[in-house]
Amino acid sequence: MFSRAQLIPGMILGVGLGLAIGVGAYTFVYARGYSYMTDNAEACVNCHVMQDQFSGWLKSSHRAVAVCNDCHTPPGFVAKYATKARNGFWHSYYFTTGWFEDNIHISSRGREVTEQACRKCHQDIVQAIEGPHPEAKDAQTSCIRCHDSVGHLH
Amino acid sequence: MTEEKPARKRRSLRFVALVAIVVLATVLGLSLLMNIFQRKQEARNPFFRVVELTDDTVDPSVWGKNFPLQYDDYLKTTDQVRTRYGGSEAEPRTPTQADPRSVVAQSRIEEDPRLKIMWAGYAFSKDFREERGHAYMLDDQTFTERQKVAHQPGTCINCHASAYVAYKQLGGGDIFKGFEALNKMGYFEARKIVTHPVACIDCHDSQTMQLRVTRPAFIEGMRVLKASQGIQNYDVNKQATRQEMRAYVCGQCHDEYHFSGPEKRLVYPWAKGLLVENILAFYDEQKFKDWEHAQTGAPVLKAQHPEFEMWNQGIHARSGVVCADCHMPYKREGALKISDHHVRSPLLNINRACQTCHKWSEDELRARVETIQTRTFKLRNLAMDALVELIGDIKAAKEAGRTDAGVTTAMDFQRRAQFYLDFIESENSTGFHAPQEAARILGESIDFSRKGQVALRGVVPTITR
Repeated sequence: MFSRAQLIPGMILGVGLGLAIGVGAYTFVYARGYSYMTDNAEACVNCHVMQDQFSGWLKSSHRAVAVCNDCHTPPGFVAKYATKARNGFWHSYYFTTGWFEDNIHISSRGREVTEQACRKCHQDIVQAIEGPHPEAKDAQTSCIRCHDSVGHLH
Repeated sequence: MTEEKPARKRRSLRFVALVAIVVLATVLGLSLLMNIFQRKQEARNPFFRVVELTDDTVDPSVWGKNFPLQYDDYLKTTDQVRTRYGGSEAEPRTPTQADPRSVVAQSRIEEDPRLKIMWAGYAFSKDFREERGHAYMLDDQTFTERQKVAHQPGTCINCHASAYVAYKQLGGGDIFKGFEALNKMGYFEARKIVTHPVACIDCHDSQTMQLRVTRPAFIEGMRVLKASQGIQNYDVNKQATRQEMRAYVCGQCHDEYHFSGPEKRLVYPWAKGLLVENILAFYDEQKFKDWEHAQTGAPVLKAQHPEFEMWNQGIHARSGVVCADCHMPYKREGALKISDHHVRSPLLNINRACQTCHKWSEDELRARVETIQTRTFKLRNLAMDALVELIGDIKAAKEAGRTDAGVTTAMDFQRRAQFYLDFIESENSTGFHAPQEAARILGESIDFSRKGQVALRGVVPTITR
């Protein structure tokens, strides 16, 4: 199949590729990369940055009814995993480089996702509060402005 | 032949590029793996005891071998950074034989010469500079001009040096006996037995690292304060909660005090409570004065940094937020959560100090603090003008030979106005620790000064106490 001249470079490439894939796969498993595909809240404390949020959630009123993904990802398979990929990338980026402040804050996009997540379960009461003619989306009543500790403090 | 050559060349080029990509991918993959490994190691909270600490280990660099992260931050209190109303500026000076400091902080009495009138006849009118970080507490006290114009007692050492082990040495193991001995010494005699500014051992137990109070004056102060609230025999080291201790270790020194009697015993004036009027009532009862005012002869008082008293009147104290929460907030070092031993203004560390609780931007939070401070500062200036005018009036009346009741009343008002104003002036937060209380005290100070002036003009002012 291969000529002699192609065999040696081919072997080098094969070994190299195998090595790269092997290292990649090992890193993925070692870093528990597969856990991020699940809804398990413990995946979010794989790195210790979220420890306070996780500890807070364990004691919160929502512990029994919602996990991290319920409030921090949008509904729908594609939207959910797109958000996970996006947040995952930036979380890893900042955690790897160390360029982040101690008191981390949710991004405005993340806040919007969470705001909408309240409505997944509490639609009826929110509708009753906002009335039959809710205003424009950006003037919507904010749930988490007041109920900011239902999921976790901080 | 001619066609095959470029094709081969292209193929080997493609091969080299592919190898380069694989090399890069492997390097990136491995360094990521290393990084993840490092982060996982961080999460293990390692503690290495490399030296044995005892109850006599004063030198913080020895403690630093076991607690390098805390020690590194502790060393940073040498910084000189300004905030809008506080903080120190590094001013170069030529070192002399008597004073080897090559950098000092800006002079407060040159910034506001009215202070010289308020403190006329007292050493503070000769030299008073903005306070610097903990690292300088011993040097700045040793080399201040105040040492030259007045005889300072060893009592100062209680809070200008790491004094715990010195107490033990002087008292044969008993810190209270050591305390009595230290107070009776002269400053320079006492200075010889201490070497470090505040150190680990002043707040921590060497074996358990638990917080503990080591200053006898504070232990006594808290006992009389609690007694005034109906709690007898209060022992701060046994009865305070962990969170309270995170305020009390700072309260050991950051409060109003006086040197009682000829033995210059350090006493915190809290027997009637922590409010400014409680403290003044205590001094009145003791017939205590710090000095006689040089321009009026009034028996006046010097208030000294009552941070602990003022914090106690504020909303943060009411909410259970203590000194260390804002001045030594928790920080992350790897996966470790430690309290920041770089003690400093929270305004220089808003993310950790404020944003743990307050979900507003740093700019917004800074603006809120500065609004409080600007308002306090304006009131403080009004009170200062009023006091200087009262002093001028009393001085003129005395020079005119008056000795009537109006003058005596005015001098009493000067004592009051001056103590109230100094209570806020010397307090290191420009009102922030308790904004409304600071405004009330300054308002009363202005009222006292103006009433003193009115008294000199033959009107008998209403006195509500």
